[in-house]
This record gives sequence, C-alpha cells and structure tokens, in this order.
Amino acid sequence: MMNLRRSPSIVFTIALCIVLSASPALAQGTIKIMYTDPLSGPFAQVGDQNLKQFKYILDYINGKGGALGKKFEIVAFDNKSQPSEALLALKSATDQNMPIIMQCSGSNIAAALIDGVDKHNERNPTNRIVYVNCGAVATELTNEKCSFWHYRMDAHVGMKAETMVRALPKDITRIYLLNQDYLFGQSVQHDVKAFLAKLRPDVKIVGDELIPLGKIKDFSPYVTKIKAAGAQALLTGNWGPDMTLLIKAGMDAGLDVRYYTMYAHLGGGATAIGPGGNGKVRSVMPFHENIAVETKKADTEEWTRSFRAAHNFDFYAAGFRTIFEFIQAAMNKAGSADPLKVAQALEGMTITDMLGYQVTMRKEDHQILSEYFVGVFTKGVKYDSEGTGLGWKTEVTVPAKELAQPTTCNMKRPTS
Amino acid sequence: MEVVLVSSLNGLVYGMLLFMLASGLTLIFSMMGVLNFAHASLYMLGAYFAYDVSRTIGFWPALVVAPVMCGLVGAVVEVYGLRRVHKNGHIAELLFTFGVAFIIDKAVQMIWGLLPVPYRVPSALDFTLFTVYGTNFHAYRAFMLLISAGMFVAIWLLLTRTRIGLVIQAALTHPEMVGALGHNVPRVFTIVFVGGAMLAGLAGVIGGNYLVTEPSMAFTMGPIVFVVVVFGGLGSLAGCFVASLIMGLVQTFAVVFDVSLATVLAGVGLAVTPATPFAEFLTIPLPRIGALLPYLMLVLILLFKPRGLMGTRDT
Repeated sequence: MMNLRRSPSIVFTIALCIVLSASPALAQGTIKIMYTDPLSGPFAQVGDQNLKQFKYILDYINGKGGALGKKFEIVAFDNKSQPSEALLALKSATDQNMPIIMQCSGSNIAAALIDGVDKHNERNPTNRIVYVNCGAVATELTNEKCSFWHYRMDAHVGMKAETMVRALPKDITRIYLLNQDYLFGQSVQHDVKAFLAKLRPDVKIVGDELIPLGKIKDFSPYVTKIKAAGAQALLTGNWGPDMTLLIKAGMDAGLDVRYYTMYAHLGGGATAIGPGGNGKVRSVMPFHENIAVETKKADTEEWTRSFRAAHNFDFYAAGFRTIFEFIQAAMNKAGSADPLKVAQALEGMTITDMLGYQVTMRKEDHQILSEYFVGVFTKGVKYDSEGTGLGWKTEVTVPAKELAQPTTCNMKRPTS
Repeated sequence: MEVVLVSSLNGLVYGMLLFMLASGLTLIFSMMGVLNFAHASLYMLGAYFAYDVSRTIGFWPALVVAPVMCGLVGAVVEVYGLRRVHKNGHIAELLFTFGVAFIIDKAVQMIWGLLPVPYRVPSALDFTLFTVYGTNFHAYRAFMLLISAGMFVAIWLLLTRTRIGLVIQAALTHPEMVGALGHNVPRVFTIVFVGGAMLAGLAGVIGGNYLVTEPSMAFTMGPIVFVVVVFGGLGSLAGCFVASLIMGLVQTFAVVFDVSLATVLAGVGLAVTPATPFAEFLTIPLPRIGALLPYLMLVLILLFKPRGLMGTRDT
C-alpha cells in the first residue's frame, strides 16, 4: 500500500490495463478462438505442444489472409484436465463473444463441453459458440452423444481400431491385447475385438489384459505373460509411461512381437523407445513427417521441416492444420464469423488437406473423415524423430472412404 | 515352472529397485522421524543429474557425481529449511517436505522440459547376460541387483559397525545426552539427511535409464515407496529390505496368476454366475488389481501389526 500511495502512476497503469483487457474480442480485428487443455500438471506437455503447433499453423493461415479479412488468434485456458475448469473456459469464451472453442484431450471433458455448449446455445441464441473437438476420441461423442454444435476433427477410437486391425499382416494370427483400465482403454479393447471378429476372423486373441492407469512401473511380468501366451503381435491403446515402459520392458527381455500402438508417435514416444525399437513398433497415426517425402509433396515437406528447425520436438499435427483450414474455409464460405452460419457451412464440407487427400466433415454426425496411416518406427528414413536417428515410415494407408463407419447419431439442428 | 522362475527374477529386480529408493527414505524416517515427501523428487533429480552428467563425462562418473549433487540439494534443504522447521514439530516438517517436493517437480519441468529425456543404459552394460527359457536377462538388471545389494550391506555396516553409526542411533533416542557428550546433534541430522538424499540420487541414476526419465516419475514412484517403508517397519533397515522384496514379488506374481475370487470359490464347490450377488466384484481377475495389492497390504498391516514387519517403534 505504501508504494501505491507514493506512485499514483502505477494505479493509473493498472486501471488502464483492466479497461483495455475488458474490451470485446472482435473489436481488436482478430477472430479469437478459445483453446482449453491441460497446460499444467502431469499432462501439461500435451497442451504445451499443441499450442506451439497451433501458433505455427496460424502464422501460416494468417499469412494466407486469415478469414473475412481478419487474422485468427488463439487464447489458451488451462483446464488442468478437469471438466469443471473446461466449463470455465467456455464461460470465458462466450463472455468475450468468441465464435469457437477448441479442446483436444479427454473424452470426459469433451462430454461436459458438449453438454455445456448445447445448453449455452439454447439459452443464448444471440451469443452462440461452436465446439471444435481436436482429439477427444470416445466413439459415442459422434454417436449417442452427438450434437449440432460439436465437430470432431480427429478419427474416433472405432476408426483407429479398424485401421490397426487392417494393418495386421496376413501371417499374424496370434495377438495379445493390453489396455488401460478406464473408459478409453476399455473402448479400444472392445472395438479392436469387434473389428478382429469382422475383418480377421482367423486371428486368435491369446491374451486380453486391462492394467490400472499409470500405476505400473515394471512391465516385465506382463512381458513374461505375453511370451508364455505365444503372441506374435501386441495391440495396445496405452499412452504415456504405460506405453513406453511396456515397450521398453519388452525389448529388454527380447520379446519377439510386433507392437501396434495408437500413440507411440506423439511427443516423447520416440525418445523413450530409443534405437532398440528399430522395426518393432508401429503406430496408428494421422500424419508423420516422412509422408510428404513418400508422396513427394515438396511444399508440405518444407513446411514441416521449418517447424522442426524452430522447435525442440517434431511436427505431428497435420490434422490441426486441416482444422484451421476448415474453419477458415467455413467462415469465408459463410461470409461471417457467426457461429450458426459457420456451423452450417462446416456441415458436409470437403477440403484438400496438406498431403493432397480429400477430407470431409460428415453431415450426419459431424465426424471428420480423413485418411489414416500405420507407420513403423525404423532406421533409414529422411526425417528422424526427436534426434533418435529413427523415424516413421508408412506401412499402410487407409483411405478416408474406407473408414466411414456407420453412425447412430440423430442430430437435432437449430432452425434459426 | 518357467513362468515362475522368470517372474521370480522379475520380482527380485523390481523389489531391489524399490529397496534402493526406500532405503534412503527409511534412513531419514527412522533416524529423524521426518516422513520426507520430497524423497521421490530427489530420486527424479538424481535421474536428471545423471542424464546431464552422463552426456558430458559419461555414465560411470555420473554414478558418483549425480548422488553427490543430490546430497548437496539435500544439505541445502536440511540446513536452511528443515532445521528451522524442526522445532515446530513433525507436522510442520512433513508439510515442509511436501512443499519442497512440489518446488523440485516444477523446477525439473522448467529446466528439462516436459518431455522424457533420452537417458540410456551405458553401452558397456547394454547386452543380454543370459537367457532363461527364451527370456533375455539384461546385464543392466544384474548391475542393478548388485548395486542395491551393495547398498544394503554398506548402510548396515555403517550403522552398526562404525562410530558415526552409533552416534546417529544414539542421537535419535537421546539427543540431549549425545549433545552433552560433545557431539553436534544438528550436524548428525544433516549427515543423515544428506545420506538419504544421496541414496535417493543413486536410485535415480540407476532407475532413470532402466525406466524412463520424465517429469512425472517422482509422482508415480512416490506412493509405493511410502508403502514399503511403513510396511517394513520404522527404524528397521532389514524390514525395509524384506518389505521391498515382498512388494516386488507380490506385484509380479499378481500379474501372472489369472485368478479371481470366483475361481477360488469354484475350488470349494461354489459356482459364481452373473446372478450371484457381487458377481462383478467376485470375477475381477487378480492382474487387474495387482497394482493395488501393496496398498491393501499397507492397510492390513497397520490394522494388525501397527509397527510393521520388523519395526521397533510406533508409526
């Protein structure tokens, strides 16, 4: 207090700051997009890397003119992996009239946001908001729980599971399932089994295991079991330490299986697997840096290479660029940033992504349909991952139309 | 048979890793009465220090340098923090170390980032030592066993066969008397704390590349270590050793045996069907709850043998 009394200029500056920060979002000439994910705590790395890639992508999109003559701007809000905090982010976004809220990790948070956005939009027809889901993958979000205001811009668990099953070579007939014991892991377990029964009835499941999420430090006993079961491939939806420790323990014990994962390609995966994983680990992924090399898209290759040069991790989010290109195209098509018009423009829209594939936002359930890849972690690729000398090489490409799984969504659309 | 043999080896290795971590904690806990919440954080620091040191001057120097660096951190914490807090009682000390743990965790995130770092097993130990029924036994695991057995013997000899060990033990029960005999009691406590921090650092050096060195490693390793210390009994190094091995083996074998309460009931002639009350609970397979067994054992031992397996004092 002593200081404040002696220097009225500080008080004035603070007051000015408060006044400035309270002015509405659109007045500053940018289109603001709220982004909420964990930015602190054990999963902070996810939000942090996403944010850096968003910024890189937005620099590019804004350089191409943004939308409606304005530039996009990301406003980050730490939700600490809590649904209640994500709803605070929603409140903050609608208070500032932002047209879009994005969220990428945690299907429980996504479910809360769908509810929150639905209710808000119903009660406030003059101040609505579109929810762009960039990575919450529970299948029901575009089925039972589908909503007009929710647009999922990532393949859901069912699609990833189907891609994984399609990638199994013919000579693999004995597989082992190991997943985390919570909603996501259980749906991977369920969906992989369903697609095995449908597409590969010759495959025998020799083991099916659920492990407590994030509790196991030493996976050697599981490796012993997998070996005793005589499995040729291990299929897992595990992420984070549950994935890396499992693969590490398997390689130390000389377990001779192919590892099929869903998240080994994300940040930190390559470092943890290390050079010993050469040719053993596969991942179901929407993108890796060598695809552009394989398909000879020189401009895309150059674009991801310059991200690499400026950051200490690799670019893995081609899907994020597709998201912003969708938003850009929808706003330009609607001629407005009004959430209802943007949402209507997004429905059924098709664009060409940075790899040259056609990507569609399906009208029936607002599920994106895009190509998907299975890559193998190996030596001898042009771009290695995280300085390990090994990188991803495409083994299987599943085109978008083959992944168009049926939906049970019964969408209710607003009339005005 | 082969599964039993391989699993016993697995359990032994994991148990010894637990012991490396728990020995430092039990030392501090039983000598100073401080339940050091920052112990797992010091373990993490050890791993990160070892990563940095091994990048510049190699793994073998890191084996010595990283624990010493952890010891220095421990010394600062003890001399400038814990010693002042000590006079306010054990609760204050506990809360203090709780805060220190958060500060270390955040500092690690800020210095080394949020991603795992490529801290790897040295190439001299990166080979298969022998093969049991087709499962490789990695040389580094043997090295871990060796280090942790060496630690056990060294601590035990130090506490029971040396002068400083006797002074430490005396300072615990009769601090005024020891002080009156001319020993610097606060310094004795500092030595104990630094020793414990160094042991945590050494565990980090060994465990960091065996597992993965990343910012959540303290958080995931912390709880199980407390279980080991309390289960083994306060003030008992041998109890801590036995408890570590038990925890390692229990968790390992829980994974291997695919049984549930329903199988046990079927053995005595009671069939469990979906209509049976609590059928959901009765059919949970053991592997699915294996990681929770140590905590169940903790609860049970506190109920029926509050001093732990070989404890000499109350918790």
